[in-house]
Amino acid sequence: MAKVLGLRCRECGQEYGVVPNHVCEMCFGPLEVRYDYEEIGHRISRTSIESGPPSIWRYKDLLPIDGEPTVGLNCGWTPLVRAERLGRELGLRNLYLKNDSVNHPTLSFKDRVVSVALTKAREFGYEVVACASTGNLANSVAAHAAEGGFTSYIFIPDNLELGKVLGTLVYGANVLAVSGNYDEVNRLCAEAVGKYNWAFVNINLRPYYGDGSKTFGYEIAEQLGWRAPDHIVVPCAGGSLMSKTYKGLNELAQLGIIPPVKTKMYAAQASGCSPITTAIKTKSDVIRPVKPNTIAKSIAIGNPADGYYAIDTVRKSGGWAEDVTDDEVIEGIKLLGRTEGIFTETAGGVTVAVARKLVEQGRLPADELVVLAITGNGLKTQEAVTDCLSQPMHIQPNLTSLKEAIGLQRQAALSV
Amino acid sequence: MPVTVLIPTPLRKLTNEQDSVETSASTIAGLIQDLNQQFPGLGARLTDETGALRRFVNIYVNEEDIRFLKGTETPLADGDSVSIVPSIAGG
Repeated sequence: MAKVLGLRCRECGQEYGVVPNHVCEMCFGPLEVRYDYEEIGHRISRTSIESGPPSIWRYKDLLPIDGEPTVGLNCGWTPLVRAERLGRELGLRNLYLKNDSVNHPTLSFKDRVVSVALTKAREFGYEVVACASTGNLANSVAAHAAEGGFTSYIFIPDNLELGKVLGTLVYGANVLAVSGNYDEVNRLCAEAVGKYNWAFVNINLRPYYGDGSKTFGYEIAEQLGWRAPDHIVVPCAGGSLMSKTYKGLNELAQLGIIPPVKTKMYAAQASGCSPITTAIKTKSDVIRPVKPNTIAKSIAIGNPADGYYAIDTVRKSGGWAEDVTDDEVIEGIKLLGRTEGIFTETAGGVTVAVARKLVEQGRLPADELVVLAITGNGLKTQEAVTDCLSQPMHIQPNLTSLKEAIGLQRQAALSV
Repeated sequence: MPVTVLIPTPLRKLTNEQDSVETSASTIAGLIQDLNQQFPGLGARLTDETGALRRFVNIYVNEEDIRFLKGTETPLADGDSVSIVPSIAGG
């Protein structure tokens, strides 16, 4: 028996087969994968998962592929870090970080979705893969295309951080730097998808791609000893990680693998691009698109495709949303670095800074189990902090010079 | 010179597989009415029972989202190019 039944429109319920398509012909709603949970229930258990590989593929029975994985075999199973020192700074005694900044191979949570999407692309018979990206997806599609022997076309806004551009070109990808913001890149790709027989992972493969994010939730639950946390703070760009993480937890509960989920979900955005958090905070039913203006470029999506589902998830879970300024983002990056030894990119800075705000508002109680989603690596967005860090102490190669420098440094520390 | 409308893949069954059609409408609302007359049923794909645009439909006039212009009252002039685009995920 196949575990995937087909696709279904999240808006109007119209059903489709297992095809490379992302949008409902009837209402333009997004399509999502429909699973046979009864069939999956016969296959899966804590034991079956625990005996699987240390990667996202230990949850293969819950992912939308027919055969065995062929691309991204080592992706996922990233550390869930107990963060006592950051917790003390924030006033949280039971704080964890789901650290996808060390995901394999391109250091962001996007490796999860791309591993699933390119395995599916191969099943569909594609030889060319493509994506529109704010950077992390570009890196991941380019790397996995190289691993899988696909040709790749990567569309990015032309103002991306250098690290994200280099980290795409190095894999031999064809990179198209589009004059415009991410939403404009996306519109171009939406028009291109009808012209080229390519697997655009975030467009025609979107239903399959999106379900890769469920593994973020599965891993958190398993790493906590098969239970869902009380709270999860998730950075939002298109909004998919929010609803898919929650879906992942609820699938495990539905299958009897974890107790019922009472997790409250919190959306984190930068104030310079906050269509999702603004809608939640103003209790609006409508998302107003914005033109992004923030250093948190990886999550600068002004017209979030999964925004409505992210908002639904936050509301039905009893969570909330906050956004933070660029200065607070940088403080968040530095705070995580100096307390936990983790260098996250701007999106992670957003999450840490939003967590601080939520604690101050009394929404994250000190003794409850809180997980922060750290989704990307700081080495990719070095420009963001270059001018905000202390400088190295320049000295001569002798002890006198060293002693002088340490003395000056101690004086400076005392005068702060 | 009339207004050119780029038709996305999910609507092409209704436009006899044409990926671009023309209209002489003077607003987006008029354009939707006109498309529905040219291609019966197309209007209901874009708007709900109340006549409002469905929430996953994005319309652009000369590459600008009409939500940054005047919504469905956005005026159209000869030579304008209109794109109808489903929402796209990513990051």
